[in-house]
Amino acid sequence: MLTQQLLFGIEVALNGLMTGVLYALVALGFVLIFKASGVFNYAQGIMALFAALTLVGFQNGQIPFAHLINSIFGTHVHHFGWHLPAILSIMLALAVMALLAIVVEKLILKHLVNQEPVILFMATIGLAYFLEGFGDLMWGSEIKKLEVGLPVGISETIEGFTNDQFGYGFFIDRLDIVAACVAALLVVSLTLLFQYSKIGRALRAVADDHQAALSVGISLRFIWVVVWSIAGFVALVAGIMWGAKSGVQFSLSLIALKALPVLMLGGFTSIPGAIVGGLIIGVGEKLFDFLVGPMIGGATENWFAYVLALIFLVFRPQGLFGERIIERV
Amino acid sequence: MFYREAGEFKSSYTEDSQTFPIALDRYGYYAVLAAAIGIVPFLVNDYWANAVLVPFLVWSMAALGLNILTGYCGQISLGTGGFMAVGAYACYKLMTAFPWLNIVFCIILAGLITAVVGILFGLPSLRIKGFYLAVATLAAQFFLVWLFNKVPWFYNYSASGQINAPERTLLGIPITGANTEPWTQYLVCVLFVVAFAWIARNLTRGALGRSWMAIRDMDIAAEIIGVNPLKAKLSAFAVSSFYVGVAGALFFSVYLGAVEVTEAFGINQSFLVLFMIIIGGLGSVLGSFIGAAFLVLMPVLLKNILVGGFNWETSIATHFEFLIIGGLIIFFLIVEPHGIAQLWRIIKEKLRLWPFPHGH
Repeated sequence: MLTQQLLFGIEVALNGLMTGVLYALVALGFVLIFKASGVFNYAQGIMALFAALTLVGFQNGQIPFAHLINSIFGTHVHHFGWHLPAILSIMLALAVMALLAIVVEKLILKHLVNQEPVILFMATIGLAYFLEGFGDLMWGSEIKKLEVGLPVGISETIEGFTNDQFGYGFFIDRLDIVAACVAALLVVSLTLLFQYSKIGRALRAVADDHQAALSVGISLRFIWVVVWSIAGFVALVAGIMWGAKSGVQFSLSLIALKALPVLMLGGFTSIPGAIVGGLIIGVGEKLFDFLVGPMIGGATENWFAYVLALIFLVFRPQGLFGERIIERV
Repeated sequence: MFYREAGEFKSSYTEDSQTFPIALDRYGYYAVLAAAIGIVPFLVNDYWANAVLVPFLVWSMAALGLNILTGYCGQISLGTGGFMAVGAYACYKLMTAFPWLNIVFCIILAGLITAVVGILFGLPSLRIKGFYLAVATLAAQFFLVWLFNKVPWFYNYSASGQINAPERTLLGIPITGANTEPWTQYLVCVLFVVAFAWIARNLTRGALGRSWMAIRDMDIAAEIIGVNPLKAKLSAFAVSSFYVGVAGALFFSVYLGAVEVTEAFGINQSFLVLFMIIIGGLGSVLGSFIGAAFLVLMPVLLKNILVGGFNWETSIATHFEFLIIGGLIIFFLIVEPHGIAQLWRIIKEKLRLWPFPHGH
């Protein structure tokens, strides 16, 4: 018979696994953009927030920039008065993310070709700030509920089953199971897209060598738009999952910051790496907080991921699955 | 017409390599300095000191520190907020543990302690660089803030978790605590900032500064020509953290008097300082000041215009602030990666040649 403590530990680890899946979802977007354009897109987390805000906005028929309009014209408009079905608003939010990809390419990336990676990184920090202000201005900054018909709440089936088996019911959120399935589906479909479609081949070519890809007639700028749109799509999925779990709010972008250590662990260029890294961080931080946390004051989840990544980086700078970093002068 | 080197004859190497080789620049600098130390303290009132001048000076100090690390040595840090917290808490512990110790020494010792912590978190920079390092410094940010939140020893077991600066005097005048006059706050900050800006300027153009810049421009090549990367990187981390620590100590003891760590030294402050040096100018002492002035003044201005002038909600002004800062960052990175300081340099260059633009 397993002890109560151990069972509880396993439950914590399982929940960590599910959180890890959500981290991995955000990290996936980073990897996509990094592979195709060498840009470390800091704004990925904010893109998830922005996508979720847009989705909720469309669903509830909010008027964009309502606060601003009201302030300027002294009116009191807030809603169009309709509620769009979930699927339609998801489509619209996707369209907005694609539009964002085009704008980013036209206004930012195009002008920063051939700049150092660090400059591009700082530009995406700027983009993150811009999007944060823009999203809040457009849809308002209050916490919103996101409901697209995903199952939520504790799964009774699992609780009942484990209760019969071990005499201890595991509390697993249904949403987490859905998120795990969605993440798996996303990885499979992205891998298929990369391996077998024409665009995927072009993406891989660009990732391999920009110059060579250009010389065989692949349009870099088109590829960038495509890849930012896909990253926007991944951001939307991540935004929906996080939003359904804890409401659409600013802290979403802070959680998304955790995707950075996930990438450090998994390697910047590896899609499976993003998933594995996410799971390690998710389980690691929950277990660490469970085992060591009480001794040192708790709330270790805030920094555990970063410190783990820091220590890890010193020994293996390219991450678990990343390509070896070779430097030339 | 008057902005010329013509007629200025340098007769020694010292004169030749001075910071302001043109007389007009030099007199302008002296005039600004004299006004800042001799005139402003008599005019400053509570609003100007607390909303504009003192925060500007404190953030200038932090920006100077980050500029040494990022602008001169090329190592990005997102841990500035955390290091400021180290400075503030070190200052607090020194002030309360050694009540007889002069506040000036407290602040400088706090800077030294921060330098040690900075070296510790700078160690990974020997293995990793670029945005890898940026993320690694996030560890410093989150870990340090957590530490000061969770270990009661750091805030002397106070019930609120806040730290409050006790009253300390310099030459009989209170400069920390509740009885501080606006002009003393301002004067203390100005003296600190002027002294350390002068040191920074001279450090960055000496052998140490040149080794930093060599590492920034291409670390492998720098190593080959004999720059010791260990020494250069760690010294940049140490000096930078010292400045940031002093800024944190001033922020806590002289400016605010009481801080709560998550609020005052969060990740947003780290970004704020990074933005200051991008907008002001990477690798420029003047740029640190311009950037700090810009980002301290802009919110005040926006608030005055949008909230005070148009009666809009405060939240809208905040959203606009984010939007404008983000937009400006991208704008400057694309159009002028060396920031406003570079624009200033170009203007001066044009002035020197005016009215014959092809005078070379």
